[in-house]
Amino acid sequence: MQLAGQPQAPNIIIRGSGSSLAAASVQERLESQYEAFSEDSFVCVGDIVPTDMQEGFLRGHGTQVVDGQLMATVCGRVERINKLVSVRPLRNRYSAELGDVVVGRVTDVAGKRWIVDLNARQEATLQLSSVNLPGGVQRRRTAEDELNMRSVFEEGDLISAEVQALHQDGSVSLHTRSLKYGKLAGGQLVTVPANLIKRQKHHFNTLPDMGVDVILGCNGMVWVAPNAPPPALGADGEPEQAPPRPPATREQRAAVCRMAGALRALAALYFPIFQATLVDAYQARKPGLVDAA
Amino acid sequence: MEFVSPEGLRIDGRRPQELRALQCKFGVLSCCDGSALFQAGNTKVFAAVYGPRVADIRGQALHDRALIKCEYAHAAFSTGAARRRRGRSRKSTELAALVRGALEQTILVELLPRAQVEVCIQVLFADGGVTAACINAAMLAVADAGIPVRDMVAACGAGHLEAMPLLDLNHTEAATGGLEVCVALHPALDRVVLLQADAKASVDTLEAVTTLALQGCKAAAGAMREALLQHVRSLAARRGAI
Repeated sequence: MQLAGQPQAPNIIIRGSGSSLAAASVQERLESQYEAFSEDSFVCVGDIVPTDMQEGFLRGHGTQVVDGQLMATVCGRVERINKLVSVRPLRNRYSAELGDVVVGRVTDVAGKRWIVDLNARQEATLQLSSVNLPGGVQRRRTAEDELNMRSVFEEGDLISAEVQALHQDGSVSLHTRSLKYGKLAGGQLVTVPANLIKRQKHHFNTLPDMGVDVILGCNGMVWVAPNAPPPALGADGEPEQAPPRPPATREQRAAVCRMAGALRALAALYFPIFQATLVDAYQARKPGLVDAA
Repeated sequence: MEFVSPEGLRIDGRRPQELRALQCKFGVLSCCDGSALFQAGNTKVFAAVYGPRVADIRGQALHDRALIKCEYAHAAFSTGAARRRRGRSRKSTELAALVRGALEQTILVELLPRAQVEVCIQVLFADGGVTAACINAAMLAVADAGIPVRDMVAACGAGHLEAMPLLDLNHTEAATGGLEVCVALHPALDRVVLLQADAKASVDTLEAVTTLALQGCKAAAGAMREALLQHVRSLAARRGAI
């Protein structure tokens, strides 16, 4: 995450860029937050996780059993759900959950499926049978569809998709069987740590005040694009395939860049990313820096 | 040359059983999954971890465990001696293999089948105890990347000079060519991961020096644990509970 040469919002100091009075005050306020967490809620690797003298406990992620005691295998926060004890690290690679909205890049077209890079432990696959065909027809995929796969997604395309299935070895299957998923174009991709993205009901955020759409992929890849026009309704009342977007205006591009800058600032500070923090960070910028004529 | 003064102080003013000042920083590099800077006195080592991710070379991926790769380099200005040639030398290959061996015993590789974890180590300043500093830096970077490990691995060196075991030799002390031992330890499991000695020594000497190095490992592990906890708390305070 680099912010060099980009305008920064006031009162937001990028970690490691030297200390100033403002940085000191931010740091001070953060230090006072430490007390909010109880002392034993964090563990380091090799620490014994306190199980509160419980008779039975269930070993969750981030723990191992050594001599009948629960030992942490990652540094992080202890989470207890009934008897299940797990340690969740504060920073790690994306691990997929069912139903996650993700943004990824197509790296390969293999027979009947696309290989998608999600910045996860393993690559993701998108089966030909789990995409909508152009035109929205519902039918069995033929050998001809297989030959025309590059007309749907090509190598290097950015797509938004949903996690359909998880496999034993950490790889995932995706699907794009909805009009809101599919190829992304005419915007900017910002990659942030996946741990910062808050899982929510809606990951497709439309911010009309700023004129941008933000797709917060759970894997830490965030897509920022100018507002899309509302989908036109077809003859049968069903929304049609979105028409190609008109080229973005100068104002729209400026708004997209500002939103991307806000995202990078949040990531550099390791602040959580969801709609409210995004709007705050966007509005906290210094006026006249980005949109100078 | 006198390495321990009559007052019992070494050339850099330490006691025989004293570690140099340790400093750990995290998140020092932005393009990787985890990174750390480990400093022991003047010795300064960067480590960056990439992964777990899909193996670069598909044929190398192991179906039941993770592949660990390790790369070692030192900056041209890191030692006093002029660098003879660029690229890998026998020394750097050996160091990379040592660190990889320690990490393979530490990381829970069987939890990450078909994946690859790459550790890149860069020495900025070599003032003795480089092997130990590399292992410690790699451990901190692995922990920063959230990769599951069996236990913390902490390493420390010790030597034998003037009929006395000395902890954590600096470059001047190590350059005498006497016995120097490097030990890496899993402190909670109480298991030795690495034991390396480059010179001949009597059993009693080796025993004394190794025991001292093991104590040094435990002290270093304590310092690393404190630094990691502090780092995790600071990240949690920034991010909040989400």
